[in-house]
Amino acid sequence: MLSFIARRIAAGVPLLFVISFVTYTLLSIPDIDVARQLLGQGAPNDLVEAKNKALGLDRPVLVQYVDWLAHALRGDFGTSWFTSENVLVAIQNRVPVTLSLMVGVTLVTAVAAFLLGAWAGVRRGAVDRFVQMFAVAGYALPPFLVTLVLVLVLAVQLGLFPAIGYIGITESFGGWLSTVTLPVLSLSVNAVAGVAQQVRGSVIDVMRQDYVRTLRARGLPPWRIVLRHVLRNASAPALSVLGMQFVGILGSAVLVEQIFGLPGLGSMTVAYTTRGDIPVIMGLVMVTVVLVVVVNLVVDVLIGWLNPKARVA
Amino acid sequence: MSETAPLSAEPLSTGVSTVRRGGAVRRLLRHPLGLASSAVLAAIVLGVLLAPVLSPQGPEVSSLRDAFAGPRAGHPLGFDSAGRDVLSRLLYGGRNTLSGVLLALAVALALGVPAGLVAGYRGGRFDAASSWIVNLVMALPAMVVLLASRAIVGPTVWVLMVVLGVLVSPNFFRLVRGIVVGVRGELYVDAAKVSGLSDLRIVGRHVLIVVRAPIIILMALVAGIAVGLQAGLEFLGIGSGDLPTWGAMLNEAFKNIQRAPGLLLWPGLALGLTNAALVLFAAALRDVLEDRGATVSPRRRRTPVEPPRSVAGERAELLSVRDLAVSYGSREVVRGVDLDVSAGEIVGLVGESGSGKSQTAFSILGILPEGGRVSRGSVTVRGREIVGLAEREHRALRGDVIAYVPQEPMSNLDPAFTIGSQLVEPIRVKLGLSRAEARAKALDLLRQVEIADPERVFGMYPHEISGGMAQRVLIAGAMSCDPELLIADEPTTALDVMVQAEVLGLLRRLQRSRGLGVLLVTHNLGVVADLCDRVAVMSEGRVVETGPVAQVLHEPRDPYTRRLLDAVLDDAPAREPWTPPADSPGSPGRPDPEDSQDPKDSQKPKDSQDSQEVAR
Amino acid sequence: MNPLLKVSDLRVSFPGKGWRAPRVEVLRGVSLDVRPGETVGLVGGSGSGKTTIGRAILGLVPVQSGTIEFAGERIDGLSPRRRRALARDIQVIFQDPYTSLNPSLTIGDTLSEPLLAQGHAAREARARVAVLLDRVKLPADAADRLPREFSGGQRQRVAIARALAIDPRLIVCDEPVSALDLTTQRTVLDLLLEIQAQTGVAYLFISHDLAVVRFMSHRVAVIHRGEIVETGEAAAVTSAPENPYTRSLLLAAPIADVERQRARREQFEREVASPRA
Repeated sequence: MLSFIARRIAAGVPLLFVISFVTYTLLSIPDIDVARQLLGQGAPNDLVEAKNKALGLDRPVLVQYVDWLAHALRGDFGTSWFTSENVLVAIQNRVPVTLSLMVGVTLVTAVAAFLLGAWAGVRRGAVDRFVQMFAVAGYALPPFLVTLVLVLVLAVQLGLFPAIGYIGITESFGGWLSTVTLPVLSLSVNAVAGVAQQVRGSVIDVMRQDYVRTLRARGLPPWRIVLRHVLRNASAPALSVLGMQFVGILGSAVLVEQIFGLPGLGSMTVAYTTRGDIPVIMGLVMVTVVLVVVVNLVVDVLIGWLNPKARVA
Repeated sequence: MSETAPLSAEPLSTGVSTVRRGGAVRRLLRHPLGLASSAVLAAIVLGVLLAPVLSPQGPEVSSLRDAFAGPRAGHPLGFDSAGRDVLSRLLYGGRNTLSGVLLALAVALALGVPAGLVAGYRGGRFDAASSWIVNLVMALPAMVVLLASRAIVGPTVWVLMVVLGVLVSPNFFRLVRGIVVGVRGELYVDAAKVSGLSDLRIVGRHVLIVVRAPIIILMALVAGIAVGLQAGLEFLGIGSGDLPTWGAMLNEAFKNIQRAPGLLLWPGLALGLTNAALVLFAAALRDVLEDRGATVSPRRRRTPVEPPRSVAGERAELLSVRDLAVSYGSREVVRGVDLDVSAGEIVGLVGESGSGKSQTAFSILGILPEGGRVSRGSVTVRGREIVGLAEREHRALRGDVIAYVPQEPMSNLDPAFTIGSQLVEPIRVKLGLSRAEARAKALDLLRQVEIADPERVFGMYPHEISGGMAQRVLIAGAMSCDPELLIADEPTTALDVMVQAEVLGLLRRLQRSRGLGVLLVTHNLGVVADLCDRVAVMSEGRVVETGPVAQVLHEPRDPYTRRLLDAVLDDAPAREPWTPPADSPGSPGRPDPEDSQDPKDSQKPKDSQDSQEVAR
Repeated sequence: MNPLLKVSDLRVSFPGKGWRAPRVEVLRGVSLDVRPGETVGLVGGSGSGKTTIGRAILGLVPVQSGTIEFAGERIDGLSPRRRRALARDIQVIFQDPYTSLNPSLTIGDTLSEPLLAQGHAAREARARVAVLLDRVKLPADAADRLPREFSGGQRQRVAIARALAIDPRLIVCDEPVSALDLTTQRTVLDLLLEIQAQTGVAYLFISHDLAVVRFMSHRVAVIHRGEIVETGEAAAVTSAPENPYTRSLLLAAPIADVERQRARREQFEREVASPRA
């Protein structure tokens, strides 16, 4: 098991390097005159050149990248060109917001999707049709549209939740809960639909397996067969779908944070990418990719734990 | 006579209408959801194409006088915050939204499908490299990349759609590659290779046909995601701001959510409807292709079980079946079976595939597959009627009184648990032993089924042991709660002959030492001769002959039994040595197959018997 | 007479499972030959390598060392183009009639495939399909139907018709009847014998079932763990085998005769099994 985890981590590291390199070069292609943007259109040329030199933009892209990488490996992601904020500090301030969304969505999705999916797969009939309809509806609606509807109904019309703003969990737990509930809910609808559908499908598949029939023939109670054997074997494919959904949720979080005015990584991405602030964008891309790699690793380890055969591959 | 015999033996299914290719479209339109979603999609596309005709005015025409004005004649959907006609913006916006999605799809298909085909079919380095790149792209959150590329290329919606196409292309790659890897291993692809088809032709004829439909399904799903993402971009105000799109309309409506929440309705509805239609279309197409439209959902409603029409003969104490019928819907697969097994007796149940022998075994155990039910008859176990018994009471008999040995050893062990824990579980649940006692009993069982190193096997997973070993483990599992009746469904069919001989020996020894009654379901008459005391021959859901093994095998009374025995090759003579062909190709080593194939001729010539025994 | 097919010292190995695992040797120097119009039975247990021999002859698995000659010419390691030309002479019938036919192609399409690949015109191919269907005793309208409308035995007839499409000189039959019911099995075997009588085609008949092989083959080769342990005339190998493995294989298969099976079983347990205590 340990060597399996080590191999997975070893596979993730080159991914980080390649993505950082590709992103950096791509970001450097367009001829945005950052120095002139910073100093204003009327700034004299020698001042612009000096600024470029100060930012290190007069060097070849490869040298710039190696320089960035060398610093990044020491944990120094530089400062924003536009606001002079320390990138790492800025990101650290915003990570808790996005992370609480992510953790919330993952928990809600895992619990709701497994319950709904298993229920539909085991009982079939009317329950199954209901879950299927819900899944199609949830899947059909883009997350930000769901958000808009939820905001319109629950916040604007009924006034149950604040439509906008964020309260840190350390400040007030109740306040935090009231500000993240709607965003988490709106992000979860899509993910629950996708994962529940997968859980249902694999539960039905596993229920048809020969070994389930043999377990029944041994006289084991049905609930025990479902909980111990069916769910365990059905979890592996559902988990990998959950892992894939995670990447999509990260993207949707950008929109949802924007709608609710949450000061998370998503709204930060929107604010900085439009200006071409390379140090900040690099920092953000690295954080998201690390997040994705870590989540995939966790998913793989869980699958390996659930399914001994997967450990060999 | 011999010309027609084969055909009468395997009648053609004449009832099935000829299914031709292209039928999928027709079946899709007959599927209610398929028809509805196709109609909605067609309407949307048509509306968008005819935007110049249907719109009351240009999408950019605005008059501040009309800002937030409600519907009125000629402007059925009213006006937005800048006094522009909502219907016009909806139609033109749909144009921009949908053509952006088409562009993204085209890019994704162009990149994903060919690469997936090559990677799947050829494998090797190209496969490894492209799979690595695909994993890399899939690790990127689309929205973040789109935002970053917007920083690079500026607010051009078309370029962003190309980027989106690149980002979703891995979905197509993975789908196509996965299917192709499966198809590549199919025997029909091997047969095509042997037939002399080039790789290109094989891909064209055998591979594309298989990936076509899944690609269309994925296209509908990806189109839905792309519509959402594009609207999201526009909603953030970072697309091309001036172009009317559904996302831009939503953005504008959201800004005025307090003043005119109704403005969210139309673009939201357009988006939701398009997406829902795409997802439903995909679902319907999948249903149609997998032929799931017609499946009956299992009914919970209990239909009464008819009593047996006749209860003939003396009934055995251990297991007695009278006039048993098993139905799937209105189709009867078992039609009145009588069967008796006494303690210490091995009864064979033989028949060919589809004869209903396994269904009979399953209904005694109460584990008929989904949709199947006992529709008539009586089954008593130790004198107790079990037809119509509550599931809970029937379950109490399983394992304790009746045990089951399945056919396919590997698929009957749960891959996620060790051998030991699978043996311990029923012992603890059914017999209520402690963990340590159950473990000791499980190890003892492994010893009884003649496994050499029980401690080691106890800790192994199913994929780590051989098929023969797995079958021993399953026999141990069946013995774990000391049953009185063992139902073995083709217990040696999946095994090698040598392993089969060993497992048959094991079954015989266990049966003798425990005085078990055994119902042995098999198609192999040799196994019957080897193990059984009595035998029942089944054909088309009925028992055609029952009797002591020696009588049924050597003096069969039923014509079907005779036909079965005639097909046995045990005593057919060995073929004569080869002789070089004469001038014509039509003179093989065998004199005239037509003659010697006549059943009467090949029926157990007594003198060839000796050739059967190993001369020693 | 020169052999039609001559396999000499054939070795095949596959990459082992897992990282840096050693290659697994499946065939360790196999030699056999098939003469024109002859049936050579190849019998062995599961994992013996019998199927791999067939696949190597068909060019579906790479040969590691040794040679395969057909009509005096080497056919191992041919270029894809020359291999395709060889389809005219060597054909195959696979074990599983359910996966050996593409479920989405009609029987007619499947049967005309080899003809079109060899450059026959479509019209010509259609006419030939009708002849083939007749030869394997399937109704003429079968050409327009899909495989799922046919039973296992009928599908196997389609597979036989496909193998016959371009009049090959050798057909590799890889367990052609082991997925079939007893009575169906017999009719398919009879059909194969009849076709051989008419066309003079040679069979390499691979099976795990000694009784089927004895019935079908002029000569029998027994393969065990990638090596041929015994070869000889069918009657000799299947009634008085010299090799101990062949003996146990013969004794292990139960026969449908109570008294004789009891004697065989006792002999098997004396000689081979000796149950573990």
